[in-house]
Order: sequence, then C-alpha cells, then structure tokens
Amino acid sequence: MRFRNPEKRKKDFKEVSLGLTEKQALKEALSCLQCKKPRCIDGCPVEIDIPKFISFVKEKDYLGGLRKIREYNNLPSVCGRVCPQETQCQGNCIKGKKGRPVAIGALERFVADYEMVLGETETPEVQSANGHKVAVIGSGPAGLTVAADLAKLGYDITVFEALHEAGGVLLYGIPEFRLPKKIVQREIEYVKRLGVKMIVNWVIGRTKTIDELIEEGFETIFIGVGAGAPRYLGIPGENLNNVYFASEFLTRVNLMKAHRFPLYDTPVKKAGRVAVVGGGNVAMDSARTALRLGAEEVSIIYRRTETEMPSRHEEVENAKEEGITFHFLSNPKEITGDDRGWVQSIRCERMRLSEPDESGRRRPESTGEEFVIEVDQVIMAIGQRSNPILVRSISGLNLWGDGYIVADRDGKTNLERIFAGGDITTGAATVISAMGAGKRAARSIDNFIMGRGEPLSQPPEPVQSQSKH
Amino acid sequence: MFKILEKHTIAPKVDMMVIDAPHIAGHAKAGNFVVLRINEKGERIPLTIADSDKRKGTITLLFQKVGKTTEALGMLKPGNKIRDIAGPLGHATPIEKFGHCVLVGGGIGSATLYPILKALKDAGNKITVILGARTKDLLVWEDKFREYADEMLITTDDGSSGRKGFVTEALKETIEKKTVAVVIAVGPLRMMKAVSELTKPYGVKTIVSLNPVMVEGTGMCGACRVNIGGKTRFACTDGPEFDGHEVDFKELENRLKFYKEEEAQALHLFLTKKKIQVTSNE
Ligand SMILES: Cc1cc2nc3c(=O)[nH]c(=O)nc-3n(C[C@H](O)[C@H](O)[C@H](O)COP(=O)(O)OP(=O)(O)OC[C@H]3O[C@@H](n4cnc5c(N)ncnc54)[C@H](O)[C@@H]3O)c2cc1C
Ligand code: SF4
Ligand code: FES
Repeated sequence: MRFRNPEKRKKDFKEVSLGLTEKQALKEALSCLQCKKPRCIDGCPVEIDIPKFISFVKEKDYLGGLRKIREYNNLPSVCGRVCPQETQCQGNCIKGKKGRPVAIGALERFVADYEMVLGETETPEVQSANGHKVAVIGSGPAGLTVAADLAKLGYDITVFEALHEAGGVLLYGIPEFRLPKKIVQREIEYVKRLGVKMIVNWVIGRTKTIDELIEEGFETIFIGVGAGAPRYLGIPGENLNNVYFASEFLTRVNLMKAHRFPLYDTPVKKAGRVAVVGGGNVAMDSARTALRLGAEEVSIIYRRTETEMPSRHEEVENAKEEGITFHFLSNPKEITGDDRGWVQSIRCERMRLSEPDESGRRRPESTGEEFVIEVDQVIMAIGQRSNPILVRSISGLNLWGDGYIVADRDGKTNLERIFAGGDITTGAATVISAMGAGKRAARSIDNFIMGRGEPLSQPPEPVQSQSKH
Repeated sequence: MFKILEKHTIAPKVDMMVIDAPHIAGHAKAGNFVVLRINEKGERIPLTIADSDKRKGTITLLFQKVGKTTEALGMLKPGNKIRDIAGPLGHATPIEKFGHCVLVGGGIGSATLYPILKALKDAGNKITVILGARTKDLLVWEDKFREYADEMLITTDDGSSGRKGFVTEALKETIEKKTVAVVIAVGPLRMMKAVSELTKPYGVKTIVSLNPVMVEGTGMCGACRVNIGGKTRFACTDGPEFDGHEVDFKELENRLKFYKEEEAQALHLFLTKKKIQVTSNE
C-alpha cells in the first residue's frame, strides 16, 4: 500500500493512504493461495468469500470482484479503509504464518475505488414495491445497511437521522484523512437511489416517539442509534478549558468543518502541545487531527502497552510516522489548570501489567510512580457510551450495561416490531460488525413482516457469524 | 428547510421569529430548546422555544444578537428559510401544582419563562413574576406576562421602570413575606447564581436553566457538560434545567469564555462584510 509523505500529509486533511496500483493489486491477488479451507473467511465478521473475490481480481475482472464483495458487504469502499483487517481476515490468512498475509483490505478498497474512478455505480435491481413501511432510526452503517437491503426487497423505507447529515460515525467520527467524506456521501447517494427516504434533523424519541411512528403505519422499527456518547475518567480537571472529549473535538472538525474556521462558523481550539488519552481508533484520530490543526507536539497516553492497543494497527504506524509520541503504561490522575481555568499539565501514574488472571488478561496496575506532562490541551478518548435519547424514551425495552439494547443475532429485541443492531446493541465496535448486524436484521424484519414465522435462528447464507469483537 | 413566517424586533438587539416547524411544535413543552443551523457553513446553536402553537404548527424563538449566528439570524426576513432545526430537545420544566411559584427573568431569558408561566398557571399555581433588566427598553414581553401572572414585579438597574435595583432584592422580599414553594430563574448566569445563593439559606427549591456551549445537542459530544453537585452532567440531555443550589457556576462561567476570541473574530468579520447566504422562498 502506498502512503503520502508523512511530513506533507500531516499538514492537511487529505487522505493518507493512496491504495494499491493495479500492478500491486495484481501482485497481491496472485500471492493468494486460493486455500481449500480459507481461514481468512473465518476472520471476516460477514464472511465474505475472500478467495473468490480475489480470483476475480486475478482475472482483472475488478467489477466482478466488487460484485462478489457486495453480496456480503454494502460498504466496500468504507470497509476496505477502516476495518481492523489485522485482527480479522488478514490476521487469519495462512500466508501470515510465515511472512506477510495477503493485503485483503487493500484489495477490497482497490476494487471499490476502481468502480468509483469509472464514475458509475451499478444500481442493483429493486423489487417492485410491496407496500410495507419500515422506519430506520440512525443513519450509521447499521441503519444504512438495513435500509438498503430492505429497499431492494421492495420495502418503503424512511431513515430518520438526528443530525443535519446522514452517515453516523462515518461522517462525524472518522476523519477525512482516513475516510474521505465524498466516499461516505457516495454510499448514501447509493442508498437513496434505491428509493430510501432520508430525513435529517429528526431526533426520534423527541421529535416523534416510536409509538407515534408505529401509529403512522410503520410496521417495524429498526434502531441503529450507535454509541457515540463520550466516556470520561471523572478525574479532577476534566472540565477545565481546553479539555475536550474526543467526540466533541472530532465532531467539530469532521461534521462542522471547524478546521476551516472562520470560513465555517464553528471554531475549534488549536493548541501547541496536546495530550490524547486512550489507545483506540478514536484516540489515534484525535491525535492526528490535532496535529493537522497545527499542534507542535502530540502525545498519546495509554494505560497498557502497544500490544493491547485496540486501534487499527496501520493507524498506529501512521501516527508514529507523523511524529506522534506514545506514553505507554501511563494512567492520568489529574489535569491541572492555571488561575484562569485553562489546562496546564496532566499528571499520570506509571503502570505495569499484572500477571495474567484466570481469563488470561493482564491488567494494568499502579507502580506508585508518577510523572507530569506540560500541555495546552487534553483530549479524552477513552471510550463511548450508548446514545441516550431514544433508548431512554422507550418503556419496557430490555437493556444491558450502560443503556445498550438487548437484541439477539437477528436483531430482535424483547418488543415485537422493534429491532436493533450496531453499536447500540454491542457497545462501541466496528463498522463491519454494525453492517453485519444490519444485514441480519433486514432478513429477520423481512421474515417478520412477510409472516414467515420466527426469524430463522440459523440465518440463511451468506451472513452467518457475529462479529468477533 | 424551515420557513420564517414572522419576524419582529422586540427590544434593542432582541428579535423574535415565528417559524413553520409542525413536527417540532407537536411535542414542544415549556423548557425545551431547539438546535439550529442557518446555512451550510453555519454553527449549530441552541435556542429555547419561547412559544409554540400545535394547531398552526409553529414555534417561536427569541434571540439576542450577540454573535455571528444571532446577528445573521437577525438579518433574515419572513419568507427566508433556516436550513436545519432539530428539536424539541432537553427536559421539559417539571409542571405540577407546587403552590406559590416565583419566576425570575433577567434580560432576554425572561421570554423563556413565558411558556413555563402558562403551564404552571394551567396547573393551578399562584405565580409571582419578577422581571429585571438594565433599563426599560430591554424588558421583554412584560404585557404577555401580565396576562397570566398573579403578581408582577419589575426591576431595572436605572429605575426607568418598576423599582430601581436588582431582581434579587424583590425576590428576597417575596420569599420573606410568602411561603414560596419553588423559584425558577432564567437569565444571565450571574443573575441565576445570585438568585441561587439568595434562596439557599431559605431552603427554597430553585431551578435554573443553564446555557453552556453546545454542538449537537443530543448528548453525543459533551461540549455542554456542567458540574452539578460534583458530578459531570450534560445540559442538553440531563438539563438544561438544574437545581440552582448544586450548580458550579464558577466553572460554567469559565467554560463560557472558552471561545471568546473566536466568537469575537467571527463577529467582527461578519459585521464588516454583512453578507449572509440566505435561502429564500423559491
Ligand atoms: C473516531 C472513531 C473512529 C472509528 N474508527 C473505526 C475504524 O477505523 N474501523 C471500524 O471498523 N470502526 C471504527 N469506529 C467504530 C465505528 O464507526 C462504529 O462501530 C460504527 O459506526 C457503528 O455504527 P452504527 O450504525 O451502530 O452507529 P453510528 O455510526 O454511531 O450511527 C448512529 C446514528 O444514529 C443517529 N442517532 C442517534 N440517536 C438518534 C435519534 N434519537 N434519532 C435519530 N437518529 C439518532 C446518530 O446521530 C448517528 O448518526 C470508529 C468510531 C469512532 C467514533
Ligand atoms: S487465507 Fe490468505 S491465502 Fe488463503 S484464501 Fe484467504 S487470503 Fe488467500
Ligand atoms: S451538546 Fe453535545 S452533549 Fe450536549
């Protein structure tokens, strides 16, 4: 895979990865062994027939390869860019045992981009209208998938989105330099072309309740409202000026275009020395966004070691190349401010990993040693919670943990007519698992409405497995 | 797109707009707010729903022109459209039969009290309204309040209307004379702080409506976080109304200064150009 020069790319928001050239793609495709028992498929949350799609690439039938992927995955141009392939398909690829796995993600992206360069997206056949109305709440990968799959079957679909634009985390969370927004818009246009109505600025639970939607003739409701609400540590100083929760920081830039202030009205504070707390994708994205806003020094504070970092591996490498530094085994205790109430420094304790417990996990524990980093800005990226409004508005809905919806593999909740999937049922996970949940939910909604009895406990091919996350 | 049906200037720098938004009017309750974005490049700002009419499908917003967005909003005319409005958001004011309620409004915040006044009155409460402003011209909706209030007290800093002085003096007298069940204060932060400090020793339940910076307004970013009794809460989903005795006003005051420079810069640029991308009727 080709990447832009780190010194150049860290100054703008353009995409960092340039994907594969045709020659590279062919070389990667040829390196696939076309295994009889392909282990890569076991690693894929939606079980794409990977060797099959790669065999199309080998034959230079790129659109054929793309068509194969689309049988399983509605968002190939997105997933090719953001899936954690190293723990999924590529992590399982037999070639990785000795040497390098096949670059499956890059190939997925290659065929999707190939079509984009051609300019035309194939619009699949849409079955004639069946007159059944379904409402989809939330326009992230889960909601978009349910909407697209049911629209193809002839359903009358309305997607309700709380924000002023559709896309969910793909739009307001993942930055432009990793997932260009024109790609997200293209995916949304595609869903609209299937006849899906997309209504923005409607906060379901407030603008309309679920009961009202049902009264208005929606036969089932799919809830895909995500888990975008920020978690925080609850340490002193978290509300000082220039302490951001990552969700706010990223939303300002990605959704509101604050990096282009004052051309756009929403500002974001630029700072010289920035510390980001966390080790996931959200932390990497925040750190690299801060850098692009002009920060001189950006460091990441994470309480375990590099091996445990949940972020995509490639993004850690990219961050390092761009000059971001890492404080591993470090746990923030306090953020201190100046007399005006602005961030001055962050005090951390040094951790070590415990001996593995029964589950084999090694937990960070304090060594008692402390250190202080002088900073102008702190960004908290330590995880997400469920989006509260809709979930709180439905009485009798079974929840678990911090307000996540209990749903089975087919997206069924304890309430008839109400289905759910994506981060709101699993907690913050991945694009592909949200999409997979959407696919299964679409099937089970179809079964429910068509009166085919209980949704199958063994869902039909090709989507079979729950995300491994 | 949301069409502006009426627009009036009701006090210097204070405008009122009636907007066609049937789906928001349907559920709007006293204390709710909307988040609005004027155009493609606009910021999302929260504005309290000052009034709503389910039958006509309209909401009424009141705003003081203090920054770029509100200045730009003030330049729109009936027939123009606002790109995005989402709501109603936030918890509604708890409406029950409390007994004697005192509503304290300062400056433009007063308007926010109007739907609360109507609802509390309908619930059978006896209501004293105390409105305060720097000067007579800045008093908002006094006549509308008189329709529902059992008692109206006006205070101005310069004595140009009602009594000279602050709302807190009038409030103190009221609390000492009568058995007050609840005080609801909406207005500048300093006023709400003074009111909360005043009522605390009397043990009178006091509700204030906080106005931190917001981004999306649906609990997903944490921009609007406030410290309530030592706990972090989100004003957009947990509030915007909170127990005044629990609010860390100092922290909020500081957080409200976070973007002062950028706000001034944006306003300056805007006022020198006075150009706004308007979406008109057609
Ligand atoms: C910064 C960041 C980086 C990430 N990077 C990666 C990555 O590299 N790879 C990866 O696989 N995953 C990544 N993820 C995770 C991934 O984006 C999520 O798992 C996925 O988007 C979840 O999809 P979803 O459809 O469940 O919800 P979301 O994408 O969260 O969409 C939910 C939508 O519902 C809307 N909504 C909420 N409440 C309401 C309501 N009441 N009414 C109407 N609409 C409502 C929201 O506004 C939102 O648009 C990242 C997440 C973040 C935040
Ligand atoms: S495991 Fe690797 S080599 Fe085998 S089919 Fe999958 S991608 Fe090809
Ligand atoms: S405005 Fe985003 S959480 Fe309240």
